[in-house]
Amino acid sequence: MVASRENNNSPGRIPALGLRFLGLIFISILLMYFDNRDNHLNTVRKSIGAAVYPVRVIVDAPTRLWIWLGESVTSRNDLELELARLRVERLMTHGRLQKLNALEAENVRLRTILDARSRVRDRTRIAEIMSVDANPYDHNLIIDVGTQDGVFDGQALVGADGVIGQVIKAGLMTSLAMLISDTDHALPVEVNRNGLRTIVVGTGTIDSLELPFVVNNADIHVGDLLVTSGFGGAFPAGYPVAVINSVTRIPREPYAKVTAIPAASLGQVREVLLVFSSTDQDEEATEDE
Amino acid sequence: MNKSRASRQLPALMSFVVGLILTIMPLPEAAEAFRPNWLAMLVIFWTMQLPHTWSVGTAWIVGIVLDVSQGTLLGQHALALCCVAFIIVRFHLLMRVFPIPQLTAAVFPILVMYQFLLFWVNGVAGVDASLIVYWGPVISSTILWPVVMIFLSSLRYRTPSG
Repeated sequence: MVASRENNNSPGRIPALGLRFLGLIFISILLMYFDNRDNHLNTVRKSIGAAVYPVRVIVDAPTRLWIWLGESVTSRNDLELELARLRVERLMTHGRLQKLNALEAENVRLRTILDARSRVRDRTRIAEIMSVDANPYDHNLIIDVGTQDGVFDGQALVGADGVIGQVIKAGLMTSLAMLISDTDHALPVEVNRNGLRTIVVGTGTIDSLELPFVVNNADIHVGDLLVTSGFGGAFPAGYPVAVINSVTRIPREPYAKVTAIPAASLGQVREVLLVFSSTDQDEEATEDE
Repeated sequence: MNKSRASRQLPALMSFVVGLILTIMPLPEAAEAFRPNWLAMLVIFWTMQLPHTWSVGTAWIVGIVLDVSQGTLLGQHALALCCVAFIIVRFHLLMRVFPIPQLTAAVFPILVMYQFLLFWVNGVAGVDASLIVYWGPVISSTILWPVVMIFLSSLRYRTPSG
């Protein structure tokens, strides 16, 4: 019945189909060209993104509900155990923090002596990772804050144990972030032990990173901690990134084959810290010296 | 007329919203590569059934929404879905009379083309991903197609549209 009504004027022929098709293909290619080249289309993306927001919230809701349910039906015994554990942890962290305060003061003093700008503590904001999948081609995740919370493109994402990634497309209420394990992600780091500077690149596997530019005779060992060096400007310096897990020195090759395991468990985090490095300019100024 | 038209499109619209939800729903890591192309399947079904309302233009809009929600290049899925819709509209009279096994066999190359366009655009834009990410969905979508087809047909003909 419907079909007959659909087709009664011109059975099977859609007017100007080819023309519309070619027009849309042309627009698509134009859009892709401009989207790939620069960020002129951010406003378009944002306004459509706001329309997609409710869908993201719906998808995220079951996980949120599940976590909430899990939290509200935990037994008293479990809660007491958890409380005891947290108390101990708090005591230990506080103990370490006291030392940190002293160290920070010392650091500021030493930096004044060296005539370098002192690094102010970074301002952070907590964001939650939404259980929403982005495209399967990249290692991406979606966080529940956007430009209205002050998020910007290129902002660093840090977990409890280390660097997680950076924001690549800040939307109005949700943002897309790239994990450090993405093949497109490169991060300037230094070896914490001796300050050797290099670059960590994602491999496309969530629990492995590689260091493609470490020369064969470089002083680097299994177990070395890599921290952000602050070069490149996106990441503030000093956050743990990864631990070296294999170093293979190949004779005749210029670079050794070095791999590392991310310090943060990238697949399991739920909450992340967004770092507003309040001293972006200062950082760059210090790096220039 | 106007109201009945709107209510006639309701199943299609609802199915697209559900399709989008299924597309961005988190899956276990192992199943991730085999997530069916829900929206491509929906575009195929609805353009085949109602080519006067669901044609290249609507497919393009669905694609743009998909691009934004997945953070891919703006226009990538739009281009691919637009091509899918074009082929379906051209052959919709033929495809409507196909029995389900034959239709599934016809849907398979269309899905391959869809994934190839995505793959190709990614290649030009310099996004590299493993091949399973591209061809896994083709396999799962083709296997699921008869089920989706039967379900959507029941949805379409149950509505009081006349």
